[in-house]
Amino acid sequence: MSIKQISVFVENTPGALYGLTGVLAQHQVDLRALSLAETSEFGIVRMIVDNVYQATTVLKDAGYVHSLTPVVGVAIPDVPGGLNRVLQVLTDAKVNIEYMYAFLGGKSVDHAYMIFRVADEATATAALAARGIQTLEQDAIASL
Amino acid sequence: MERYYQPEIECASREQIRAWQDERLVKQVRHAYDHVPYYKKLMDDKGVKPEDIQSVDDLYKLPFTYKKDLRDTYPYGLFAVPMKDVVRLHASSGTTGKQIVVGYTREDLDIWDDIVARQLVAVGATEEDKVHISYGYGLFTGGLGLHGGATKLGATVIPVSSGNTQRQITILRDFGSTVLCCTPSYAAFIGETLHEMGLTGKDIPLKAGIFGAEAWSEEMRKDIEEKLGIKAYDIYGLTEIMGPGVAYECSAQQGMHVNEDHFIIEIIDPETGEVLPEGQQGEIVFSCITRQAFPLLRYRTRDIGVIHRGTCSCGRTFVKMSKPMGRSDDMLIIRGVNVFPSQIETVLLNHGYSANYQIIVDRVKSTDTLEVQVEMTPEMFTDNMGEIERRQRELVEGMRSLLGLAAKVKLVAPKSIVRSEGKAVRVIDKRKI
Repeated sequence: MSIKQISVFVENTPGALYGLTGVLAQHQVDLRALSLAETSEFGIVRMIVDNVYQATTVLKDAGYVHSLTPVVGVAIPDVPGGLNRVLQVLTDAKVNIEYMYAFLGGKSVDHAYMIFRVADEATATAALAARGIQTLEQDAIASL
Repeated sequence: MERYYQPEIECASREQIRAWQDERLVKQVRHAYDHVPYYKKLMDDKGVKPEDIQSVDDLYKLPFTYKKDLRDTYPYGLFAVPMKDVVRLHASSGTTGKQIVVGYTREDLDIWDDIVARQLVAVGATEEDKVHISYGYGLFTGGLGLHGGATKLGATVIPVSSGNTQRQITILRDFGSTVLCCTPSYAAFIGETLHEMGLTGKDIPLKAGIFGAEAWSEEMRKDIEEKLGIKAYDIYGLTEIMGPGVAYECSAQQGMHVNEDHFIIEIIDPETGEVLPEGQQGEIVFSCITRQAFPLLRYRTRDIGVIHRGTCSCGRTFVKMSKPMGRSDDMLIIRGVNVFPSQIETVLLNHGYSANYQIIVDRVKSTDTLEVQVEMTPEMFTDNMGEIERRQRELVEGMRSLLGLAAKVKLVAPKSIVRSEGKAVRVIDKRKI
């Protein structure tokens, strides 16, 4: 199963990110994870939120250019070798990772979450499931 | 079935047009010489007498007039009739320097109305149409020029003037405007706003648009036609010569017919002043052969264009001029290369970007730099950074091959480039030369 990530275009200028988080705060959008990819002039803010529909609606109204990207979310036990094991599964399945970022679980303290952007989410999800590693469902995001 | 406002003139034989021009030019030269001391001096200095001008063949003997002459004689030094006969004044927007003032007699306004009515009929308008004018009203010739022509045609005029785009759209819908007149950049903005309101061209009864007063590309025409669901036509004019309507586009949408019964067009080499043969690109020069209050002769427009004779599918016999490449005042010289903003616009639209752009020229360590800022659009955005950068590089490559010049492309946030309700500010030149 893949989850939906919102990718937003922002200029690389002072206050650009603040403007974006301001819009989200004003509309009570809760951020679960956030990562920033940047060049010297612009950046792409990638985020996982509790309510995708609401977030994209307020972003559109505020004039932000954005898109939805399917990504794979994996719970990783907070023990040495936790991430290594997941990466081994993806390597064995020959799944290429375009980018990834981590976030800590909300109520859970014994594991973190990793978001993977891969070429083929279905293959990645199946390979992980075959080794007993569960991936996040969209519905589960809100209650994290 | 092509319709004309004045078929006996618009489709006259070339011999007839030439006869009108010969007769009117001779009279106009005499009029200017006798009534404008400044003109008399210009001609005397060049050693030309009114009797030396017997036909259009002698036109080349006359001295050129320049914008500088209009500034030097500001405000009324080139008027050829007493002020009691002048019923209207207009002034240039002054974007490229000190403003200039022109005058019209009642007959001059009548002619202006006629040539604008020719344009309206050429785009299919009749007295049944509702003509929505979003050009600014005032000293600028756009608003009142289209207003007069539409009134003369007998159409229903909606004198909205520019500004307040939401209200423009409410009027377009509620009043049922069928023909829109404004600058092309404002038409594009109205189209963009319409889409943001969740509407399309199908939601408004508009069928045609007449857009002028700034240079625009064929790609921008397509964009406007698509967004507003109309046919977009080009109109050419300049305050010094009359205002909008000096030349007008027909159903063929391939160049604009010059109203040759009132104006003579020449294309010259801007360096040598020599008249160039048909089909060769150069500076456009106009002579007004009927205008009484302001009889400008051989006026250097600084617009770069080309003329084509030969028959047009619409049946009109007036010579056609191309959409000007841009005013030579707009032309940028960057590292010795001539660049028109319209060329940059063409590359942007060809690569899928929007026409919301700004050109920033600067000089760093005695080298000119060219930066093009263009807004990111939903169509061009992707989560893949590499893909965005690849598209950016393609755009830079496209600029290089068309302009022969390396430009820096900067992607900026939507709506960060200020929208214009009149002429768009495309160029910021920071060079201190």
